[in-house]
Amino acid sequence: MRRGEGRIWLPLAFVFLAAAMLTGVLVGPVHLGAVNVVHATFAHVFGLHSPLSGANDAILWELRLPRVILGALVGGTLAAAGASYQGVFRNPLADPYLLGAAAGAGLGATVVVAYAPGSGLTGDLLPVSAFIGAAVAVVLAYALGRSAGAAAGPAALVLAGVTIASFLTALETFVQQQHVDTVQEVYSWLLGRLATTGWREVGIVLPYAVVAWVIILMHRRLLDVLAVGDEEAASLGVNVARVRLFVVVAATIATAAAVAVAGLIAFVGIIVPHTIRLLVGGSYRLLLPLSVIVGAGFLVFADVIARTVLAPQELPIGVVTAFFGAPFFAVVLRTTRRTA
Amino acid sequence: MTALALDRVSVSLGGAVVLDALSYEVEAGEWVALIGPNGAGKTTALRAVAGLVPYGGRLRVFEHDAGAIARKALARQVALVPQVPLIPGDITVREYVLLGRTPHLGYFGTEGRADQRAADGAIEQLDLVPFSHRRLDTLSGGERQRATLARALAQDASLLLLDEPTAALDMGRQQQVLEIVDRLRGSRGLTVVSTMHDLTLAGQYADRLLLLDGGRLVAAGGADEVLTRPLITEHYGAEVEVVDAPGSGFVVVPVRRPR
Repeated sequence: MRRGEGRIWLPLAFVFLAAAMLTGVLVGPVHLGAVNVVHATFAHVFGLHSPLSGANDAILWELRLPRVILGALVGGTLAAAGASYQGVFRNPLADPYLLGAAAGAGLGATVVVAYAPGSGLTGDLLPVSAFIGAAVAVVLAYALGRSAGAAAGPAALVLAGVTIASFLTALETFVQQQHVDTVQEVYSWLLGRLATTGWREVGIVLPYAVVAWVIILMHRRLLDVLAVGDEEAASLGVNVARVRLFVVVAATIATAAAVAVAGLIAFVGIIVPHTIRLLVGGSYRLLLPLSVIVGAGFLVFADVIARTVLAPQELPIGVVTAFFGAPFFAVVLRTTRRTA
Repeated sequence: MTALALDRVSVSLGGAVVLDALSYEVEAGEWVALIGPNGAGKTTALRAVAGLVPYGGRLRVFEHDAGAIARKALARQVALVPQVPLIPGDITVREYVLLGRTPHLGYFGTEGRADQRAADGAIEQLDLVPFSHRRLDTLSGGERQRATLARALAQDASLLLLDEPTAALDMGRQQQVLEIVDRLRGSRGLTVVSTMHDLTLAGQYADRLLLLDGGRLVAAGGADEVLTRPLITEHYGAEVEVVDAPGSGFVVVPVRRPR
């Protein structure tokens, strides 16, 4: 990549995100109109009079907009967390669930569905429990990895994550076996979904997502330094363990918050950063901001597809991200030639 | 001025003593080569100086106690080029060289104009200008070696540690890289400490040679004192002849004796 080329990618990514969000609020059974939608959104933000009728205004403000914003927050978080994990672990297959966040969240959700019936998928308890499960899993993995020898480098942490994840998945399966009637409910959660009840879910994710994005983006240069290896990074004066801890904590907390409200949405954390790498290059200075923006837009588009393909039924969004994301990624892989 | 002073520096790894009470002083502007058989402790000595392994004894860098200097301040004085650097293939040469500026930046800092200039200067000095926007994984071994050297140069450290700088290079590239290092030593006033397997090259380029064996310093001095048949035979267990080639120093030739 030449230096000048970097500048066009950020505006392009913002256009992609804007197009995704506009599509997200426009597509649905009730026609709202692009101009009205933009006008009404500004009216709400600045406390002015909305041009839409009461019912249509509620559809926009209480249904579509929160869902689009939630999709953007979750998508941006998963893509940024995936890119960060790939950086701190120098492992192209790392995804945000690498250290056991998915297994922990799954166990947390399963326990709620099994032991607190009625609170169900929309209750207050499930996101909290999933969040705690994810956070505890990663803390356990981190502690285990450190005690196994931080000097061994990132491999010890990854192995610890695999260990913790297997253990928690076993627990989750055990609980499900005891409560077979809950399996379907848990399964639908595992496939991911962006169902909103007003702005509640946005409120849950927003603080974690924003703080995590800021912390991760501030480490973008140091992630480039980590790419030359732990020892060389140390010889450049960097405290590698501290950088890894900060980035992992930020990425994990935000992932846990995303999982808590949207379930396990696979693939976003891998496809989005790698697509950007192939197109733009591997430097985290551009990769991380682009991952946030493109990840946000990607998930909003995926949600539009999830809502419309079988309307009025909804596809699980995790199915959409994999079904459409995988072929797209295959095309990108085939068409990008490594320029000599 | 003394660039580097080791006073009974010892390193143990996994219970084994790898470096045993090494004492030596390197003057500023000197090129000192560490030689010795595999496992002699050459690389460990470099890693200790770079602050990458815990050591016993005292280590002074430009008259300051290396153990008392913050990691980042040490990195502004000492640059290490490892034998097999981990090359992130998908970034450009210039992005890679800019990483050398890390010890000069704050935790969340990004490079300013002075840093850009330092990186561009290093790229120029290593004749990498045509490659500066190429990805690292498109470079040959010799070009990568030069990129790594440029990164170390951009670090602006006065003490350059080179671990086998010529290991992966052909004969011509070896000379090329060593000539570049020697030229930079002159123009930038660098002090160079390198490990080297090729004894002939070590004798040709370094001012002084340190022969290590089993973690101990067994001989030190100019090529005429260290590159002798008895010393090499004893410590390398190799059959060699040492030829004094007028104009190009001592040539160490492996020989095969008929059984």
